[in-house]
Amino acid sequence: MIRAKGFGWRHAGRKAWAVRGLDLRVERGERVLLLGASGAGKSTLLAALAGLLAADSGEREGTVEVDGRVGIVFQDPETQIVMARAGDDVAFGLENHAVPPAAIWSRVDGALARVGFPYGRDRSTAALSGGEQQRLALAGALALRPDVLLLDEPTANLDPAGAGLVRGALREALDPGTTTVLVEHRVAEALPLVDRVVVLEPGGGVRADGPPDEIFATQGDRLVAEGVWVPGRPVEPRHACAPPGEALLTAEKATIRDRLAAVDLLVREGESLAILGPNGSGKSTLALLLGGLLKPDGGRIAATAALAGPDAATPPHRWRAPALARRIGSVFQDPEHQFVTSTVYDELALGPRRTGMPDGAVRSTVDGLLSRLRLDRLAAANPYTLSGGEARRLSVATALAAAPALLVLDEPTFGQDRRTWVELVDLLAGLRDEGRGIVTVTHDPDFVAALADRTVHLRANQETL
Amino acid sequence: MRAVLARRNPVAKVAAALVFTVALVTTLDPVPPAVAIAIELALVPLFGVGYRTLARRAWPLLVSAAGVAVTMVLFAAERTGDTVFQAGPVEVTTSVLNGALGLALRVIAIALPGVLVFASTDPTDLADALVQNVRAPYRFAIGALAAFRLVPLLGQEWQLLRLARRARGVDAGRNPFAAARIFVSTAFGLLVGAIRRGTRLAVAMDARGFDRGGPRSRARTQRFGTADAALVAGAVVLSVAALWTGFAT
Repeated sequence: MIRAKGFGWRHAGRKAWAVRGLDLRVERGERVLLLGASGAGKSTLLAALAGLLAADSGEREGTVEVDGRVGIVFQDPETQIVMARAGDDVAFGLENHAVPPAAIWSRVDGALARVGFPYGRDRSTAALSGGEQQRLALAGALALRPDVLLLDEPTANLDPAGAGLVRGALREALDPGTTTVLVEHRVAEALPLVDRVVVLEPGGGVRADGPPDEIFATQGDRLVAEGVWVPGRPVEPRHACAPPGEALLTAEKATIRDRLAAVDLLVREGESLAILGPNGSGKSTLALLLGGLLKPDGGRIAATAALAGPDAATPPHRWRAPALARRIGSVFQDPEHQFVTSTVYDELALGPRRTGMPDGAVRSTVDGLLSRLRLDRLAAANPYTLSGGEARRLSVATALAAAPALLVLDEPTFGQDRRTWVELVDLLAGLRDEGRGIVTVTHDPDFVAALADRTVHLRANQETL
Repeated sequence: MRAVLARRNPVAKVAAALVFTVALVTTLDPVPPAVAIAIELALVPLFGVGYRTLARRAWPLLVSAAGVAVTMVLFAAERTGDTVFQAGPVEVTTSVLNGALGLALRVIAIALPGVLVFASTDPTDLADALVQNVRAPYRFAIGALAAFRLVPLLGQEWQLLRLARRARGVDAGRNPFAAARIFVSTAFGLLVGAIRRGTRLAVAMDARGFDRGGPRSRARTQRFGTADAALVAGAVVLSVAALWTGFAT
């Protein structure tokens, strides 16, 4: 079904091979979980199996052969939907494969039913949640009746409810004849879907291959060290050892029309507060309000003298940007939104320079952050070329550079491997223990269990659903 | 049931709008565009578009028409005819007013059919009709359709990028040069994000066979029938009639 012999691929312009010396055989109907450190070439291998590596985009070694039709589902729901209506979107692949018009709509309906799509064909794809969009993308792949189905972290960008929907759809929809290759960081959730685990060695073919139990017994420690979420290996919780200090920021009936229902909360020094709630409850909006980036439509956000000194009389959204960055650091969900310079070093130096720090102090602050967040080798790199984990570490480091007393983070652990995840939790716990306030908007139950001293639950906001 | 002209083939609607545009480009007289606007406004209900919706969509058009008129009154080179009034150095004559009015009306008369067509046409139907009825390349038509789906995301993205710069301690205050620099860096961030998303979308489309290059089938059919031909013919007749009013006066 799938045969790779000495397969290698090097992306154009890169020194290192993404995959090399790979020998792999997968028989019809097998369900394979592909594991490996970030950069081990998992996504490249899937792209090769799907026939998506154009000859002019890199250098190839050896061979990869796949018998039959291949379907693939990617990570990002937004960029997999092609058409404006759900039914048309599923039909798109069938049209491309010249399926006779008379057969198209019954196959569309069949595929939508298989993934448990809850709406009709005419449902607007823009109105779907991330989990629903991923189900639709799965239906689009299944409608082509693939012999091989490739899944490249299909739930990494989803909240737990959405990820559950997609995994449920996968369990129901896969028939015994479909060969499946799945890439997924969150192994525990993926295990019910697979019967074989293949571990890739970065740039060096297959390191281990076998049934899940055997692989985790022999490779478990090494996989953990490489950032894989191996089941049954919990992370040490990092709760505060001292009681919280003074109040820093309060929200009183703060609300934004159609996005956030009135919220009251208090943020304190030396405390980690987690904000939870379903999609559409306005969690990200609340993070922007607390970050002094939006003006509330009603109610107020007020800083205390402990946070802002004499400026406490004005609300944070009216502070000048340098004053804001010195007091409240915001870390956005997408790290790339926050990059404004062309090197990692300048990115970290920007905040301290803007807040009027002398050159020598800027240099020592930046060097300290670079080594603390394992970014020293990347000081001259362009921020837009970093990997997901590196970009995340940099975005947190930039917020820390101006040494704010309060840090507001939106989904900092989204899609991160275990290694970056643990580093983030350790870093935030350390900042909390230094006496800073940490507010995190999150869907991640492990993160809440490991770091939250207190939680606030937002209700679903009817208008936005 | 959709309104009678809203149901017409999208290609026929676009062709009818083009007929009006081409006809009105040929005249400088204010009468034909005024007549054309009257005809267009009378047809609005047949497109199933409310006048309120039309006003909401067309207001930038009115603003630009007014801008054109004011520019003409202030800067027109030829100032013949009787003086209507004198405001400082600006002498406003009948020929200036005539020219300004003609141009402003032309802007509205030419653009209004386009506004009507796009307010009453589903983009998917337009792409289908372009491919099926005028043999536009499907890679272009369907590719553009998919790309347009991502456009609304750009607005949200722009706001987030602006807020993210403020969070980083970057603002312009009252310095216009700093404001320009921040604008450029924000636009660059938007561009990088748009290219990333566009690339991912293109890969996802190819993974579903968009790049196969062989024959394609059609899930939806667009027909170009007699009623659609009649719409185009009607547009020709009405635009000639509008032009005729210019010669008659």
